[in-house]
Amino acid sequence: MFKWFVKWFHRFGSPPYFYRLAGLWLPWLTGLFTILLIGGLYGGLVLAPTDYQQGESYRIIFVHVPAAWMSMFIYMVMATCGIVVLVWRMKLAEVVLSCAAPIGASFTFLALITGSLWGKPMWGTYWVWDARLTSELILLFLYLGVIGLYGAIDDKRVAARAVAILAIVGMVNIPIIHYSVEWWNSLHQGATVTKFDKPSIAWSMLWPLLVMALAFKVYFVISLFQRVRAELLHRERNTRWVEELVKS
Amino acid sequence: MKRLSLSQAFWFLLRRDLLLALRNRSELANPLLFFVLVITLFPLAVGAEPNLLARIAPGIIWVAALLASMLSLDAIFRSDFEDGTLEQMLLSAHPVPVLVLAKVTAHWLVTGLPLLLVAPLLAMMLGLDEDAYGILLLTILLGTPVLSLIGSIGVALTIGLRKGGIILSLLVLPLYVPVLIFSASAIDAAAGGLSVSAQLSMMMAFLFLSLSLSPVATAAALKMSMS
Repeated sequence: MFKWFVKWFHRFGSPPYFYRLAGLWLPWLTGLFTILLIGGLYGGLVLAPTDYQQGESYRIIFVHVPAAWMSMFIYMVMATCGIVVLVWRMKLAEVVLSCAAPIGASFTFLALITGSLWGKPMWGTYWVWDARLTSELILLFLYLGVIGLYGAIDDKRVAARAVAILAIVGMVNIPIIHYSVEWWNSLHQGATVTKFDKPSIAWSMLWPLLVMALAFKVYFVISLFQRVRAELLHRERNTRWVEELVKS
Repeated sequence: MKRLSLSQAFWFLLRRDLLLALRNRSELANPLLFFVLVITLFPLAVGAEPNLLARIAPGIIWVAALLASMLSLDAIFRSDFEDGTLEQMLLSAHPVPVLVLAKVTAHWLVTGLPLLLVAPLLAMMLGLDEDAYGILLLTILLGTPVLSLIGSIGVALTIGLRKGGIILSLLVLPLYVPVLIFSASAIDAAAGGLSVSAQLSMMMAFLFLSLSLSPVATAAALKMSMS
């Protein structure tokens, strides 16, 4: 079993194999994403009841919360890839690491934008220095640092290793930053309007949220696969398998 | 040829870096000057009202310290990188993280420690509560080494780049956030007569965490940059 896994792992890491496999998976993933998205949106925007405190405007939660979850999840993906890059020097992990960063930054940005749009009707202002908003903003800076560093180094294999180190350093720091910011917030503001305690959420609101979270995850995989495929073609443009692919 | 023990190598490198810094006095004064200058800008920008200045003094002093430390970071490895010393260092038989630690220590002694000398003066000029002076010095003592240690990772990652400056600040400043939060809030609390043991414990934790982990990351980044 283990031997089989190791063999599969190595094959999965080879660019031509991954390119073909990802190409086979993409239509299925797109179908799954469509179903999940339609289901989640219908459940969230139509079936879920109106919130007694926040009215209709709480419905942005179905985009906001999955985006915020993804922003953290993708950083973890990047850091994991970073470890794989440093330990096994796997080319595929290098590519995944570099391709995941812009997607993660986009999700972080989306979470910030939807958060501030939600803040306007709820708190009366687009931006408050709330703990979560602030640490999300810092996360965005961390992503931009990764993207900037990757873009600044010309040799992309060296760049990937630099970014791997940075992603791992960032992963160690994210919890520290998050809790520092949370503490900073409680120290400076005391009880705030921003921290509305979420009562245990009703099932009719929870299931669309979870479905949407799943849809976002599938979307991330789709987007990642497409980017990785393009990047692989670019990186391996002088190899035989790309040549054969282009000719066929 | 005589073989150096690890601790000898550490001390030699530390002494060499300090000596080099002392021979180049103008560079020694630059971060300090920058620190004072940035702080001078604040009363000009927000107005000289004593209450306001006293209120924001901890934050101003720490933001200025952060920027001063960041500007001086590049000097940790730059000249050694350019004349090839760094390459020899990586090739030596000694573990690189220890050598990195020596260099960072030297850098902190010349750029971080002098902030201690001017900080009380600036705090006085900003009208910070006198009870907070001790804590201010303590946070600088505990916080600036963390800045140098975290910063060394960023420098090591960007040393090979021609225009690494802006990227360096993008990499390093977000990681400085916890130090900023806890040091400023410790001074704030001290000025308000509250207990600061929690903040100081956290800063101590940051110091030991970065002392143990960041040289390893810096060494890995240096090897990557030199490859």
